[in-house]
Amino acid sequence: MLVLLSACAPESETGSSAAAEDDAVLPVPPEAARALPRPELHPGMPGLLNAAELEALAAAREDGLADIGHLPEFGFGETASPERIAAWDIDIGPDGEGLPPGSGSVERGETLYRLQCVQCHGARGEGSQFEALAGRVPGDRFPFAEDRRYRITVGSYWPYATTLFDYIRRAMPQAAPGSLPPDDVYALTAFILQLNGLLGSGDSLDAESLPRIRMPARDRFVRDDRRGGPEVR
Amino acid sequence: MANNRENGGLPSRRDVLAGVVGTAAVGAGAVAGAQQADTPKPRPRAPEDPTKMQGLVPRPLGERSAFETPRRLVRVLEPSSSSRTPLQYLQGIVTPADLHFERHHGGIPNIDPERYELLIHGMVERPQTFTLADLKRFPAESKLRFLECSGNGGTAFQNQGRYPRMSPQEMDGLTSTSEWTGVPLKLLFREVGARPEATWFLAEGMDAAVMTRSVPMEKAWDDAIVAYAQNGEPLRPEQGYPVRLFLPGWEGNASVKWLRRLDLSDRPFMTREETSKYTDPLPGGKARMFSFGMDAKSLITFPTFPERLGGPGWWEVRGIAWTGRGRITRVEISTDGGRNWEDAELQEPVLPKCHVRFRKLWNWDGRGATLMSRATDETGYVQPTRDALLAARGSYTRYHYNQIRSWRVESDGQVFFAG
Repeated sequence: MLVLLSACAPESETGSSAAAEDDAVLPVPPEAARALPRPELHPGMPGLLNAAELEALAAAREDGLADIGHLPEFGFGETASPERIAAWDIDIGPDGEGLPPGSGSVERGETLYRLQCVQCHGARGEGSQFEALAGRVPGDRFPFAEDRRYRITVGSYWPYATTLFDYIRRAMPQAAPGSLPPDDVYALTAFILQLNGLLGSGDSLDAESLPRIRMPARDRFVRDDRRGGPEVR
Repeated sequence: MANNRENGGLPSRRDVLAGVVGTAAVGAGAVAGAQQADTPKPRPRAPEDPTKMQGLVPRPLGERSAFETPRRLVRVLEPSSSSRTPLQYLQGIVTPADLHFERHHGGIPNIDPERYELLIHGMVERPQTFTLADLKRFPAESKLRFLECSGNGGTAFQNQGRYPRMSPQEMDGLTSTSEWTGVPLKLLFREVGARPEATWFLAEGMDAAVMTRSVPMEKAWDDAIVAYAQNGEPLRPEQGYPVRLFLPGWEGNASVKWLRRLDLSDRPFMTREETSKYTDPLPGGKARMFSFGMDAKSLITFPTFPERLGGPGWWEVRGIAWTGRGRITRVEISTDGGRNWEDAELQEPVLPKCHVRFRKLWNWDGRGATLMSRATDETGYVQPTRDALLAARGSYTRYHYNQIRSWRVESDGQVFFAG
């Protein structure tokens, strides 16, 4: 936990000194970042519910609440203040919701990558001790169920660039997880996207540009289409 | 990493090695990176006639007979690691907590239960935190349910016939059954006033991966549990101590351990695990996402490698079956490689989304035989052959490997995994 605290953003960015005393404080976006207009989610995004699914969910909610209808409302627990929520709320949506202010360039990302990432992921993201980050399939095909020659990488498989930011910020680098300030995470995200041919070497990323990056595999994903019953799918 | 020991976090490599001393023979290279140490320990001693001396006095904490040394099979690829349940060692349906499989993405965190809090926020009327004491004060519920990693069985599926020396533990040891106790998630969601427009929630862990998965709200209104106990005692650290999410019948990864936060939203979050990892590539250039449900599966656990049958005559074929869709209704056994099938007996209790023990007496004539098991569940789903699964998903699909497994019994009694 000491690692997290010492490597964390300056106190002014954490919103309050109370939050800074918290156990696992991570860089916190001020409310301003949350108010950025949310880019449209693409209509085919798996997990957006259609009318029938919304109806089914409403029915499930009703059934669930009926199951516990005989129980009183208990009122246990405490109200969570906005500061309390902000201290832990680090998730980034595919629409960019939650992205903090700041920016980072491909160039700076390359420097950081050499210091922090190269050991596990290879000089150009080709993977070494751990998984490969870079690589595209010719023609951006998606042959993974039938062809073992191609590797699953950010460029060949990941559907959303926001995921890269979210994951690096929460879990990387391995020796000091969650220690990178937003500018560094933007820079590393930019460099990894550049390794995959998705950004130019002079480019930068911020909260507005990152969610607008269209990943080659974005439309390859379908929500679970198994329909129950005897069918093997 | 130097302070991991102080934190009680990741075990050192030495711990890992020590943990597998005594592991039963394992197939050559079938589990890449599996640490093996074949230093035979001297056999424990027992008196010639135990009735001629007073026995031991009671102890505050029990332990296994010195003659019993089951071990999980550990695979460490830091920061990602796993250990597998010795399924061939177990009887009945409950997995002892210290043999429950593990799968971690950032090691096992050390969490003080007195400082533990669960935060629920997002599309709710009243964002709240709950202490462990708060959670335990709610009406509790206990369920016997299986938990299986959706990558379980992948090595056997993708390397057909290459590893005859695979035990059930190596092949399918990422499944276990426990009695899970906790608070129904719907009760907590009612407390915080979950808004009707919330369609997904994010579950976040308190490990070094701060691991996250998006879960459909429908599961919360159905049977999701915020669990704090396993087989009657607090969760083991490697199972999420002090609190984990438990989603009955769904792939293990979504039952987020060391649960610290639930964020309700009207769209999924597209985390690393649910995009780049736990998705199933399909023929035709697509991949299935949010494939939570575990289809029906069965596995013979006796006789299997490395067992050697002592001779012809009566043997009881035993195994486990399970389905994420409800109850297992039937398990059939073939002793001739799938030409003829006969019903096995299902041992009570036959619970939904839980391992079920099956048994079938077999009079072995001493000739070579191929044993198979095939499960059917209450939705009419029949465990598919490998060919049927290949046709539906492609040769190199990832996750959800529930094809029929077979075991070859040679005329000398030696048993091998046969694909």
